[in-house]
Amino acid sequence: MTNEPQSEKRLEELREQAWKDGVVPGKGVDVAGGPIPRKPGYYGQAVVKPPVWTWQVPLYFFMGGIAGMSAVLASGAVLFHQVDLARAAMWVAVIAGAILSPILLIMDLGRPRLFLNMLRVFKHRSAMSMGAWILSLFGACVVPGLIALELHAQHIFGGTFDQLLRVAAGIFIFGSAIFGTLLATYTGVLLGATAIPAWFLHRTLLPIHFGTAGLGSAAALLELLGHRIPALNFLGFYAAGVESALLIWLSVDKHNAADRAIHEHGSGWLIRIGEVLSGPLAFVLRLFGLIPFAAISFLIGSLVSRFGWIVVGKVSGSDPEAVFASQQR
Amino acid sequence: MIGEGIQSTNQRKHSYVQDRVEVGFFTDPSVCIGCKACEVACKEWNQVPDDGFTWSGNSYDNTGHLGASTWRHVMFLEQDRQKGNQVTGPMGLPNPQSDLFAAGSAEAEDPFRWVFLSDVCKHCEEAGCLEACPTGSIVRTEVGSVLVQNDVCNGCGYCVVSCPFGVIDRRPEPLHDAGGAFKCTFCYDRQKSGLVPACAKVCPTESIVFGRLDDLRARGAERVQQLQQSGYSDAQLYNPTETSVGGIHAFFLILGEPEAYGLPPKPQIPTIYLKSAWTSAFATAIASIIATLVAFAFFS
Ligand code: SF4
Ligand code: SF4
Repeated sequence: MTNEPQSEKRLEELREQAWKDGVVPGKGVDVAGGPIPRKPGYYGQAVVKPPVWTWQVPLYFFMGGIAGMSAVLASGAVLFHQVDLARAAMWVAVIAGAILSPILLIMDLGRPRLFLNMLRVFKHRSAMSMGAWILSLFGACVVPGLIALELHAQHIFGGTFDQLLRVAAGIFIFGSAIFGTLLATYTGVLLGATAIPAWFLHRTLLPIHFGTAGLGSAAALLELLGHRIPALNFLGFYAAGVESALLIWLSVDKHNAADRAIHEHGSGWLIRIGEVLSGPLAFVLRLFGLIPFAAISFLIGSLVSRFGWIVVGKVSGSDPEAVFASQQR
Repeated sequence: MIGEGIQSTNQRKHSYVQDRVEVGFFTDPSVCIGCKACEVACKEWNQVPDDGFTWSGNSYDNTGHLGASTWRHVMFLEQDRQKGNQVTGPMGLPNPQSDLFAAGSAEAEDPFRWVFLSDVCKHCEEAGCLEACPTGSIVRTEVGSVLVQNDVCNGCGYCVVSCPFGVIDRRPEPLHDAGGAFKCTFCYDRQKSGLVPACAKVCPTESIVFGRLDDLRARGAERVQQLQQSGYSDAQLYNPTETSVGGIHAFFLILGEPEAYGLPPKPQIPTIYLKSAWTSAFATAIASIIATLVAFAFFS
C-alpha cells in the first residue's frame, strides 16, 4: 500500500515510537504515571510544602512596612520640630500598624479566635513569634504615642501636665520607631528562615528589600497626603536607589533551578514589575520632579513585589527540582 | 504467626513514655507489600477525616503525599532498575526465546522494579516545625517525638514552610477541625497507655518497626548489610545526621537515591538561616534610621 493516507502514516509513527521508547508523550496525555515516572522526584510531587498563606499576608507585609517606617519618620520629624508631619506620620502608623496589620494577621490565621496564643510564649528562634511580639509592642507604643502627641499639640492641658505629655509623646514615639524598624524588616526574616528554596537563598536580600520598601512607601504616602518636603523627597530617592540596586542584585545572584521561581513564570514577572516600579521608574520620575507619580509608582511597586514574593514561595515550594538543586551534594 | 509474633516490639506492651526512652520508627521498603494497612489504621485510630479521593494515575498511589489529613503515605515507585538479584526482562510481552528465562540472568535489558515505602513524619532531632511554632503548640514528648497540641495551634501556617520534609500542613475547610496544623502524632495517646503506634501494630510484614531508637538504629544497619550482601547494591539508610537536622527518629531504608522518594538529599533546619537574615534586618533598620536623620538634618 503505497498510497496510505497521511493519518495512517502518523499512526505508524506512533507505533514505532511506542515500541522504541516504551512511552508516547503528547498533548493532553500525562505519562507521569508510568510505566516509568518521567517527572522529577516522586511523580513531580512537592518535596517541601508551599505556603498556605493568602492575600492577607502580603498586604500585612505592606501595611506593617508603612506603619513601622512611618514611626521612624515621626521620630525624625519630632527631633527636628516638624510637628504637623509627626502627627500625620503617627496617624499613618496607628491606622496601618495598630489597626489594619493586626486585623490582616488575624484574618490569615486558620483559627483567628486563638490569636492570643501567639503571646503564650516568647521564642527568639521563631521569626513568627518575634513578629507577634514586635507587632504587639509596636502597637503598645504607637497608640499612646499618638494620643500624647495629639493632646500636646492641641494644648488640651496646660502647665506641667502638658510638659509631661511632651516627654511621654517623645518616649513612645522613639519606642515606636525602634519596634517600627523591626516591624518593617522582620518579615524578610520570616520568609528567609524557611525551607522554601527561593526564599532562604535570598534571606539577606529580603529584609533589606522589605525594610527599604517600607521606608519609601511611608515617605511616598506622606507626600501624597500633602507633605511635599525635601526631606521626604530625599528618602524617596534613597529608597528608589536601594530598590534599583536590589533589582541588579537579584539578576546577578541567580541560583539556576533552585530559585527559578524568581526569574520565570508569572511569579518572576510580579517580582520584576514590582522592582521596576519601585526602583528605576520611581527614581527617574523623581528626577523629573514628578513627585506624586514617583510616590504612586513606588507604592504600587512595593505592594506588587510583596505579593510577588508570596507567589514565588508557592511556585518554589511546589517545585521538587528547586529543592534538590538547593541541596546539591 | 506473622512476623516475629508476640516477641516483636510491634506487638509488645511497653512503658517507654514512663521510662522516658527515645523511640522511633524504622521503615523498610524491601519487605513492604503495599497493602496500605498503616494508612487505614492511622486514619481510623486517629479519626483523621476523609480528604477526598482523586485518581492520580501514579501507579497504585492515590494518596499522593503526606499532609494535614494523611499521616502515613505508602509510596509506589516504578523504576527502570533491578531490585536485588531480581530477574528482569523487556517490558513488552514475555518472549520464551529470550534469555529472560535463562537462569540467573541479571543483565537482562529493560529492568523494572516496583518499590513500596510507607512515608511518615520524621520526628526530627532538630525539628523545623517545632522551632517555628509561635504558639508553643508543637512540643517534644518524653519519647523524643514531635507533637502538635491541636487545642493550642491557631493555624498561623509557619510550621508548614519550616518543615524541610514537607510533612505538616494546615487542614482546609470544610474538613473536621479545619484551620489547625496536623501531622503524625506518633500515636502519643496510645504510647502513654503502653500501646504501639497503630501503623506499626498492623503492619503485616514489619516493614514498619516501632521500638527503642538505639535498637532500631542497630537493626537498620544490620538490614542494610544483609541486603547489600544479597545483591541489593543500592540499599542505604536515609537518616540525615550530618546536616543541621541532626538525624531523624523515623528513619528509612531506601533502595536507590532519596530524590526518587521525594526525600530531600540534604535537609536543613531553617533556623540556621536566622543569623544572616537578622543581621541583614538590623543593618537595614540602622540604615533606615540614619537615612531619616540625614534627610531631616540636611534637607529641611
Ligand atoms: S504513628 Fe500513628 S499517627 Fe503516625 S502514621 Fe502511624 S499510626 Fe498514624
Ligand atoms: S518531619 Fe517536619 S513535621 Fe515532622 S518533626 Fe520534622 S520538621 Fe516537624
